[in-house]
Amino acid sequence: MANCQVNKTYQEINDKIRRGQAVVVTAEEIIDIVRRKGEVAAARTVDVVTTGTFSPMCSSGAFINFGHAKPPIKASRAWLNHVPAYAGLAAVDVYIGVTEPCEEDPLNKVYPGQFKYGGGHVIQDLVAGKAVHLVAEAYGTDCYPNKRLEREITLSQMTNAILCNPRNCYQNYNVAVNLSNRTIYTYMGPLRPRAGNANYCTAGELSPLFNDPYYRTIGIGTRIFLGGGVGYVVFPGTQHNPKKPRAENGIPLGPAGTLMVLGDMKRMDPRYLVGASLLGYGCSLAVGMGIPIPLLNEEMAHFCGVSDAEIMAPIVDYGSDYPAGTGQVLGQVSYAQLKSGALSLDGKEVPTVPLSSMVRAREIAQHLKQWIESGRFLLGEPVEPLPLDNEAPFLSTTSSDS
Amino acid sequence: MHAEMLVLRFSEDVVDQPIIYRLVKDYDLEFNLLKATIYPRQEGIMVMELRGHPKNFRRGLKYLREAGVKVQRVARDVRRNEERCYQCGTCTAVCPTGALYVKRPEMEVPFDPSKCSACELCCPVCPARAMEVRLNRSAL
Repeated sequence: MANCQVNKTYQEINDKIRRGQAVVVTAEEIIDIVRRKGEVAAARTVDVVTTGTFSPMCSSGAFINFGHAKPPIKASRAWLNHVPAYAGLAAVDVYIGVTEPCEEDPLNKVYPGQFKYGGGHVIQDLVAGKAVHLVAEAYGTDCYPNKRLEREITLSQMTNAILCNPRNCYQNYNVAVNLSNRTIYTYMGPLRPRAGNANYCTAGELSPLFNDPYYRTIGIGTRIFLGGGVGYVVFPGTQHNPKKPRAENGIPLGPAGTLMVLGDMKRMDPRYLVGASLLGYGCSLAVGMGIPIPLLNEEMAHFCGVSDAEIMAPIVDYGSDYPAGTGQVLGQVSYAQLKSGALSLDGKEVPTVPLSSMVRAREIAQHLKQWIESGRFLLGEPVEPLPLDNEAPFLSTTSSDS
Repeated sequence: MHAEMLVLRFSEDVVDQPIIYRLVKDYDLEFNLLKATIYPRQEGIMVMELRGHPKNFRRGLKYLREAGVKVQRVARDVRRNEERCYQCGTCTAVCPTGALYVKRPEMEVPFDPSKCSACELCCPVCPARAMEVRLNRSAL
């Protein structure tokens, strides 16, 4: 920024990190610093702000190359612990998606389904060092004659395991209520009838994309904390929708930006990749992610200074509006209000329920802060920013995002 | 439907009477027998899960006691696997007693077993399946 009083480069900040002199604070800690000292002084004293989030992120999965056996196989169908993996890639490459349930799962036949084990649980088991049961089937070729492979395999025995999540880290999300007369089970958790509870699922002021609403520093190539290891932002996530209406402070008023992220699963930690079972809905994976935001100038200090009171989320009825795709929003509520324990809807007090773990989000932000302070983690300068102007066409009429 | 695990003790005087038959026939209760023994002094003990309409269940229990059977409820504890719980707070949507609650402003999710009624509503709702039911085996 030409008109800024503070101008720092990625290189300067990385040099300070290498020397162990970088000043790093979390996205919660920066709020008070900006308030007390002002944006310019905050940008001068603080180099990096660390963010964190931990919640179920359904659009996640892993590429796995399980290695060649003797005789070799060109797998066309594959299962890990009875969870089907997509095998339409080369010979021994598969992709396991976290929402894929175990093959024998009764699903919602016994409503609400329990979805006890799925792709997310396979990923957690692998990262925890447990052996999983691999079955691969093939039609057999001259070069890959084997037609069936069955064995126990651990993460360390695999040639590669790469966590690659097409859509994570939503910049804002709906607050779900249920105005119908029966309890419903959604990806936003259980919703009791007649607005018995209001569920929300972001970390608020700690959440990465609330601290960089216009993607000034988060882009393709940003190095991040992912699942306890190091990962990267590799592309805008699917359904990335930066054109969503924004408040004056730049923060979108509904689900907007998303990230596609990737990292080496072999270096991850089961504490930050937890298989999830969403009653009546399906399987998922709770993903821990933290993104460092360099305070290049006072403008970034301004953005990182945002607090829960200034971040608004839309209230949506999952009883009828959401499944019908009407796009109807019942009202806006701040994260400060959501975290207070109740919101007011049509004069009725509705208890609020978090689905996103603030405790673990804070832990991740602290973890990342220590990595940077100790000089072990350098900032990645984006090679491309995330787009600010394209609109996902299918999001213009409804807001079906999960 | 109400179901509970019960330990029934039959004294020497009643051990030869068709008490369980009456329980099924007159009170429309289902039972699932886990253990049945007659001890040397002719005292019998039965461990069973009894299930039925709550009203029938209460009446059935009254019948048992009046027939001279000592009825002991087996406590079911709900415990939290602290390793598995990641403190999101989803459970607070269904917990009727406030045993699971959000501590503010930290947004921690403590579990207070002393307030837990062991209704088990939290068990299937927990995304990480951290809430576990255990029978209090000491009663068996």
